[in-house]
Amino acid sequence: MLHAVLPYVMCVVLFAIGLYAIAVKKNLIKVIIGAIIIDNAVNLFLVIVGYRTPLSGHSIAPIVTPEMAESRRELADLLSNAVDPLPQALVLTSIVIGLSVSALMVVMALRLHQKYGTFDLTQITKLKG
Amino acid sequence: MRGMTIIVKTIAALLIGFIMLFGFYIILTGHLSPGGGFSGGVICAAGLLLVILAFGADVVKERMGHNLAVLWESLGAIGFLGVAALGFITGAFFARFIPVQRGFQLFTAGSIPYLNLAVGLKVGAGLFGAFLMLAAFRESERATEGNSEGD
Amino acid sequence: MEHLLPLLVAIPLGAAFLIPMANLIGGRRGEPISEAIALLTAAALVAISLSTFAYPSAAAVWIGGYRGASELLGVTGGPASAEAPGPGQAPVRGVKVEEVVAESAAARAGLQAGDLITAWRPGGEFAPEEQFRPLHTINELRRENAALKPGSQLVLQVVRGGEPMELVVTGGKSVTGIAMFSDGLTRLLVVIISVVSFAALLFSMSYMRPYTKLHLYYSPLMLMIAGMNGVVVSGDLFNIYVFVEVAAMASYALVGFGVEAEELEASFKYLVLSAVASGFILLGIGIVYALRGTLNLAQIAEFTRFAQPNDALWLAVGFFVAGFGLKAAMVPFHAWLPDAHPQAPAPVSAMLSGLLIKASGVYVLARLTFNVLGVSTALAYVLMTMGMLSMLLGAFLAVGQWDFKRLLAYSSISQVGYVVLALGLGAEVLARREAISDKWAVLAFLAIFGGLLHLLNHAAFKALLFLASGSVVYRTGTRDLKELGGMGRQMPWTSFFTRIGALSISGIPPFNGFFSKLLIVIAVVWSGHWFLGVLTVLVSLVTLLTFAKAQRYLIEGEVPARFEGIKESPLPMQAAMAILAAACVLLGILIPLHMNTLVGPAAEALFGQLQGYAASVFGG
Repeated sequence: MLHAVLPYVMCVVLFAIGLYAIAVKKNLIKVIIGAIIIDNAVNLFLVIVGYRTPLSGHSIAPIVTPEMAESRRELADLLSNAVDPLPQALVLTSIVIGLSVSALMVVMALRLHQKYGTFDLTQITKLKG
Repeated sequence: MRGMTIIVKTIAALLIGFIMLFGFYIILTGHLSPGGGFSGGVICAAGLLLVILAFGADVVKERMGHNLAVLWESLGAIGFLGVAALGFITGAFFARFIPVQRGFQLFTAGSIPYLNLAVGLKVGAGLFGAFLMLAAFRESERATEGNSEGD
Repeated sequence: MEHLLPLLVAIPLGAAFLIPMANLIGGRRGEPISEAIALLTAAALVAISLSTFAYPSAAAVWIGGYRGASELLGVTGGPASAEAPGPGQAPVRGVKVEEVVAESAAARAGLQAGDLITAWRPGGEFAPEEQFRPLHTINELRRENAALKPGSQLVLQVVRGGEPMELVVTGGKSVTGIAMFSDGLTRLLVVIISVVSFAALLFSMSYMRPYTKLHLYYSPLMLMIAGMNGVVVSGDLFNIYVFVEVAAMASYALVGFGVEAEELEASFKYLVLSAVASGFILLGIGIVYALRGTLNLAQIAEFTRFAQPNDALWLAVGFFVAGFGLKAAMVPFHAWLPDAHPQAPAPVSAMLSGLLIKASGVYVLARLTFNVLGVSTALAYVLMTMGMLSMLLGAFLAVGQWDFKRLLAYSSISQVGYVVLALGLGAEVLARREAISDKWAVLAFLAIFGGLLHLLNHAAFKALLFLASGSVVYRTGTRDLKELGGMGRQMPWTSFFTRIGALSISGIPPFNGFFSKLLIVIAVVWSGHWFLGVLTVLVSLVTLLTFAKAQRYLIEGEVPARFEGIKESPLPMQAAMAILAAACVLLGILIPLHMNTLVGPAAEALFGQLQGYAASVFGG
């Protein structure tokens, strides 16, 4: 029973680590790394959601081979026993979004270093009130 | 940013062709095996990043320029929207206008290979432009700081 | 009308990528070409959004198909056979189940291999108690199943090991494909988005002259419009997330557009907080998918009505409230807004405050609460609390500000708090029904209508005020109220429009703010939360005070020496402000005219809750 819950626990631990990094750390780069860890934790959660415990032992990848495409019965079997492919598509999209956000964050951190001369968050406080 | 030694330059020049070929293979067979537009585009962009690292950002900016990246990226996006708009031929936006046949061959999946191609172009060009910007940024920052140390 | 819905997203998306190409090819003439493309796109969007009034209110587009797939019932069986199910019993005719596919609808209903299905009938809340029909072949069952709407129920009479029992299967057509759906609420938001973005683009034509590389401004702006349109048109949960991210990423780039130190700091703070919120939203989506097996909003609504309630969904609801609450700048997730909105260029601030926090925050929260996940008292109380705290915090922090745009940003938090309070109140009344009042239906509709009307009004007057502040900045270079003064003499049109905006937001008749605030106060007091009503009126007074101060320091008073000779702002900027000011006035005076066509259907769409939404999507 524990081995079914363990991947989810790992997701939560990763998410907590990322959240800790964003909330507590003062270096801009560590905040960015925290945000990237959060993205990865959520992607991991989505992939695990799609897992289906198979009857036979090891899990089946949802790939349709040409021989299998001939009979509907085999297709139906594959669809219900293989790992769910929909969360994998969601994760692909989410990875792209995470990549763009990370790239934007890194470029902005570089520009901030250019303007303020430091990566320290406690000194980047021109906006107040 | 200065380039690397002559060994790295030669190997990069030899390998870039194969890397791009592999990237296009992944893009085009996205409907047959894992891959598709995004993964193939990232591979192409990584190959171009190898070229940037090996030859130096200024050389690449001269020969290939940021404008090329912007052009291909926009073409990729407009190509995607164009294929989607062509769906109006069969009645609705994004509808399949090339029929799907059984067969697991390259062209039997309707409009998906073309969509993959457009996405691959966009992602490859976009990431290449992003890497070029970052490399050029480092260059301008080093110039303003007057840092003359080696790489 | 179905064909227009994807165009709402595709046209700005195409423009967003035509603009860099035009800039590349056009060379020196590239910038006017970019502006022209942007304006044409905005005009086309206004035309499309106004043309939706010519069609009936609800339309759905399924991208990728909507076919019946009877395999999802998941059962194969032999031909009809007569068996004696047990010793000493009469033989029973039925279909013997050979195999039940795992994780299918039949398996989840509890059907097992070896059962004998003898009869079936349609089930569910609204099917009358019909007679059971005898089953002859398994294909008959599959055919009937494929003809039903998704989420429909079949009741099977089954004999297992001699025992007769009834099993309920939630089956129906399967939904394959990504839905785009438009109803009254979508139409309201599409009209708001098109008109405000048109005004902001018109304004940018002269405001952004001093900047260079304008294609890097127009392109993300078009992407933001495409993203917002996509959010309100999408009928699929993950599609909503993707479009929210598209719009958000465009806004990160736009907030930091003029790359000064403060703008970058504001943009970075906004970026990190928004990334965490997106993580929460995606977690919520994962949980909903794991429990319901589908991402289609209408099908989730059907499952919420008929399937077993699951406590894990509360976790998903919590994640959604946190994530979309941050996008809507609710307290306690509001910390990014007072930095991000003032630092952006004025037309971008107008669009962020007037559109983005509503389309990607309030709209999604309303859709998920009313139409997908179902109203409940807990969720309603959370929304009401967040709305009340936002109202109070925003109003009291706005009074003390001397930076005009920061004052407007805090006031945005306060006004959106009004909207969320009203929607939460509507949800509470719909959840508790007679416990609140015997006229609960009227009260709920009033609350929802007031909230949506305030959403419409706030888009108009807040965008107007931000554009006016941009006009002042364009001529004087500062937005500090202590340094400004006497603009009434130097810039008469700008001050006239500012006065209209300030009177609207303070709730003075006959401008539009008065009517929506009145409706919200009436709904709050009628439902018995009289203390909340007192707070609402107090916040309204504080808003009046805030904008009296703003008008005093901006428009009246002495003109400082260095602003002696400034002139009025250029014509496009005045035209943009005039459009929004006319909207403020007309939306107030002509309420009887637009009440039934614009906000009424939107409130009905939310009032119809789960069954109304599912019925509109699946065609009744």
